[in-house]
Amino acid sequence: MIEIQNIEKHFGTNHVLKNVSFLFERGKTNLIIGESGSGKTTLIKILIGLHTVDSGTVLFNGVDFNTIKTKKQRLLRQEIGMLFQGGALYDYMSVEENIMFPLNMFTEKTEIEKLERVNFCLKRVKLEGKNGLMPSELSGGMTKRVAIARAIVMQPKYLLCDEPNSGLDPKTAIIIDNLIQEITKEYNITTIVNTHDMNSVMEIGENITFINKGEIWWKGNKDELLNSNNKELNEFVFASELFKRLKKA
Amino acid sequence: MTKLLSHLGLYFIMMKKVISKPENWSIFRKQLALEMEKVGLNSVSLVIILSFFVGAVVSIQTAINMSGRSFLPSYLVGLASRDSLILEFSPTMLSLILAGKVGSSIASELGSMRVTEQIDALEIMGINSASFLILPKVIAAIFIFPFLIIISMGVGMIGAWIGGLSVDITTGDFIYGLKYQFNPFYITYAIIKTIFFAFIISTVSAYFGYHTKGGAIAVGKASTNAVVNSSILILLFNYILTDIILS
Repeated sequence: MIEIQNIEKHFGTNHVLKNVSFLFERGKTNLIIGESGSGKTTLIKILIGLHTVDSGTVLFNGVDFNTIKTKKQRLLRQEIGMLFQGGALYDYMSVEENIMFPLNMFTEKTEIEKLERVNFCLKRVKLEGKNGLMPSELSGGMTKRVAIARAIVMQPKYLLCDEPNSGLDPKTAIIIDNLIQEITKEYNITTIVNTHDMNSVMEIGENITFINKGEIWWKGNKDELLNSNNKELNEFVFASELFKRLKKA
Repeated sequence: MTKLLSHLGLYFIMMKKVISKPENWSIFRKQLALEMEKVGLNSVSLVIILSFFVGAVVSIQTAINMSGRSFLPSYLVGLASRDSLILEFSPTMLSLILAGKVGSSIASELGSMRVTEQIDALEIMGINSASFLILPKVIAAIFIFPFLIIISMGVGMIGAWIGGLSVDITTGDFIYGLKYQFNPFYITYAIIKTIFFAFIISTVSAYFGYHTKGGAIAVGKASTNAVVNSSILILLFNYILTDIILS
């Protein structure tokens, strides 16, 4: 599990996160939702150590990420799988090389063992036999799936996803959402998904946090969300006609 | 001034991260081989073409300037070409050209990796991205550039000889000029300069690429900044090193 306590973050005079505290539970898909600029990407970057906090703590199973030494931070990061918005696959590596890369860097496995693991992960994301393709040959959905395969290849304890559905059609987005949820349950990992896609919220939202103007505005699950009277949350979630009708129904 | 100090600070912080033990030696060796190919082998044809024609032009211009001055022996064409190529063209001018080719390539490669979050992905995996990406480039440049410069000197002199033939400088006179009062230390001086320039090109370009912020336009800007700043530093260090080594 990941716990954040009293996180404060400024960029110059801009107060981006204000006293944010939250518990991201293990074995659940934890969603962070909020408008663009609300601070959710900053929060996820703080969780993975790409931004430092002004004050507050980030605990990974009780270990304070910001106070441990750089070497220990690196070891901890090896337990984190990250799915970036654009996939962040290495351009000059094939699908197989991309997924095998963490294994090459950090394990002593034989080539056969590594290949078996890569093929297992590719099968898990339904991309068997695509080993030789280059990132430029992949569609948006395939890129995300390869990125998921790379994120889970080291059997991480934590899976962080930044806008996993951006730029995807609704059908592919649902495939990615379900894949993330299945992996979370299968490996009993702590998954955090940063999104403003309401379909994702309704599909996989078990533990939802709404961030507004840098503060945690609301917490709950998708059923509670449908019945919430929180004005700002309702304005954000039910902005479209379709979701307004859903709420009325 | 504050901006310059900020750049310097960030550069040295980056270099501290770059100069660290590779996390996986077998991957580092592969990366190094790849970079040597990119930085060195892919530049050989450019070096040969440039050096040949510059050598030929230097020799023709020297011969034309000497014509009508019978008190100047014709072997001076070989001597002037040799010294121009060894002392300035091959180490300095070629490094400026390589700053354009290799420097922009390093900056744009790292800049693209930065804006597409590939560098962040490395960091998340627990990899020292600066060392993993930049150290092989720096070592490859320091190792390969002196070879390129030596090739340039050789090919430049062939060009100068052929250029000399076209303005009636005999092979005998040209070779005599090449050998005349030759100081082998000039080659050492050129190699020392080249090593410094290789370090400047690879690290300054890597700095601008690694710290790119934004999108495609920022990558282009990083590439331009890398070439401009590397070139200025090459010229500055050319002056400093010449003053220290030769005077």
